[in-house]
Amino acid sequence: MAQATTMGRRYRRRVFVNRVMLTLTVVATALSIIPLVLIIFYVAKQGIGSISIDFLTKTFRPITFGSTSTGGGVLHAIVGSALIVGLSLLMATPIGIMAGIYLAEYPSNSASTVIRFCVDVLSAMPSIVVGVTAYVLIVQRSKSFSGVAGSVALVVLMVPIITRTTEEILRLVPQAAREAAVALGAPKWRTTLTVVLPMALSGVATGVLLAFARAAGETAPLLVTVLGNNNLTFDLFGPMQALPLLAYRYTEQPYQVLNQQAWGAAFILVVIVLGINIMVRITTRARSPR
Amino acid sequence: MRAESQTSSLRSRVNRQLQHGDMVFWIVSLLFAVLVVSLLFAIIAVTWHGSSGARHAFGLRFLYTSEWNPVSGQFGALPAIYGTVVSSIIALLFAAPLGVMIAVFLNTLCPMKLRLPLGMMVELLAAIPSVVYGMWGIFVFIPFFRDYISTPVSKTVGQAIPLFAGPVNVGRGLFVAGIILAIMILPTIAAISRDVMAVVPNSQREALLALGATRWEVIRHAELPYARAGIVGGMMLGLGRALGETMAATMVIGNTPQISSSLFQPATTAASLIASQLPNAGTALQSSALIYLALVLFLITLVANSIARMLVWRVSRTGQGA
Repeated sequence: MAQATTMGRRYRRRVFVNRVMLTLTVVATALSIIPLVLIIFYVAKQGIGSISIDFLTKTFRPITFGSTSTGGGVLHAIVGSALIVGLSLLMATPIGIMAGIYLAEYPSNSASTVIRFCVDVLSAMPSIVVGVTAYVLIVQRSKSFSGVAGSVALVVLMVPIITRTTEEILRLVPQAAREAAVALGAPKWRTTLTVVLPMALSGVATGVLLAFARAAGETAPLLVTVLGNNNLTFDLFGPMQALPLLAYRYTEQPYQVLNQQAWGAAFILVVIVLGINIMVRITTRARSPR
Repeated sequence: MRAESQTSSLRSRVNRQLQHGDMVFWIVSLLFAVLVVSLLFAIIAVTWHGSSGARHAFGLRFLYTSEWNPVSGQFGALPAIYGTVVSSIIALLFAAPLGVMIAVFLNTLCPMKLRLPLGMMVELLAAIPSVVYGMWGIFVFIPFFRDYISTPVSKTVGQAIPLFAGPVNVGRGLFVAGIILAIMILPTIAAISRDVMAVVPNSQREALLALGATRWEVIRHAELPYARAGIVGGMMLGLGRALGETMAATMVIGNTPQISSSLFQPATTAASLIASQLPNAGTALQSSALIYLALVLFLITLVANSIARMLVWRVSRTGQGA
């Protein structure tokens, strides 16, 4: 830097500030990656150890203090999660996709602005507030905690994700495709359902998958609606167990065995959620290189 | 005559649309869109209606009294609101500068090959379920923080400044909750800052470069001011997330409805008070008070998010137009 000496102290100071700040941005990025690595590493370390055939195929077994038996598993939570999230997926998918079609395929007016705003508000809604709503609407009325109440709460969290991705992805379908279909005499609904939607199918599926990942890991609304249950049950109208709920409850237990099972449940959740997110990101980036 | 032909053509158009089912499809998709809107109004109506007992009993006094006693039937939300706001502000203080720095790094400095994986890793932080953050907080972060930071700090600085006073018992408290929340909202702030900085027109950068500015000066004097509103919007969105976050806060904050002058003491947030008490609320008044609290929480996050959306929307609109 021969220039620097000739240009004096002021320039050197500017170069120095430049270096320091740019280094700080590197440090900041590294700092934020560290928790991710630490969390994934720790969940994997603790979780893989507790996964076994028993863990996946047996249900809760009462624990006497001081015993070291690792009996019991989380089958009831896996079944509960699958039923609750499955039911909410069945409800949220058509609602989300149809609302997305309305926003993308019909001209924008003040109605669609209002709808878009509401979707935004819904997507930023604290999940516990949604849970409280389902609690008042369903749990208080039926006087029973139930899997259905949990599903309804999850629907509210999933719909905005599906609606927004559907809208965005439908907008990417070239106008020429619609014009071609209309030129062949297809009415708009046929154009939308048989031409536009299939072209955007992978994108729409992405939205549904992301919504599924969000719902699978959601705990707070289930806490006040599904409550938890130590027995294997297929009854969606009674209290159930779910993986994130079990992870929370077992963490608060004083028994080492249950803490270990909580990590196993957390590991399953992290694998599902991160798996879906990584897959979605890689495939969508590959399709639309920037 | 002309009007007549117009009406007849209108009629035939309507007929044609009905025949082909377009009208039906339009109505059906509109109904679903309206259903989404009604979800939002249902939430407002239900929490409003469900909280009527507590609203009549306490009115607005609920917001500034601090006794939360289910046994005597006294419910004041001030400790919960205090805990919610303070833990979120701590989170923002850590996450905001870090998030902007990450955005700067990923947008300008990072080698092209690393941009995708690094950006993805930061965003993946947002995908991890909050219960996992809570578990990690309890088993890993709290023991570390208690042994190496909060205990020594409370024994030295804490003697003079009540904000950091001990005793640090289990280690659960406001400050830890703030840090865990910071990790959780970091990706939101980073991603939005990145997006709004990406729409800063090149002419802005080139003008400063032509004047001989260093890379940092370009960022500091061209990119950041231009994208400022959007970056603030991203921070508000992160704040909204922190305010409403339930599980991680519940697990690490200690769940004690008290207002302590020290950040190392256990506290509670609105969301964690609801989550821990609503399933086994003993009286109708208690559940009503918790629903009231949910309504208050919703309104607080709504304000934060509305401001955020407006700011982000303004920048991305002018950014593209310029």
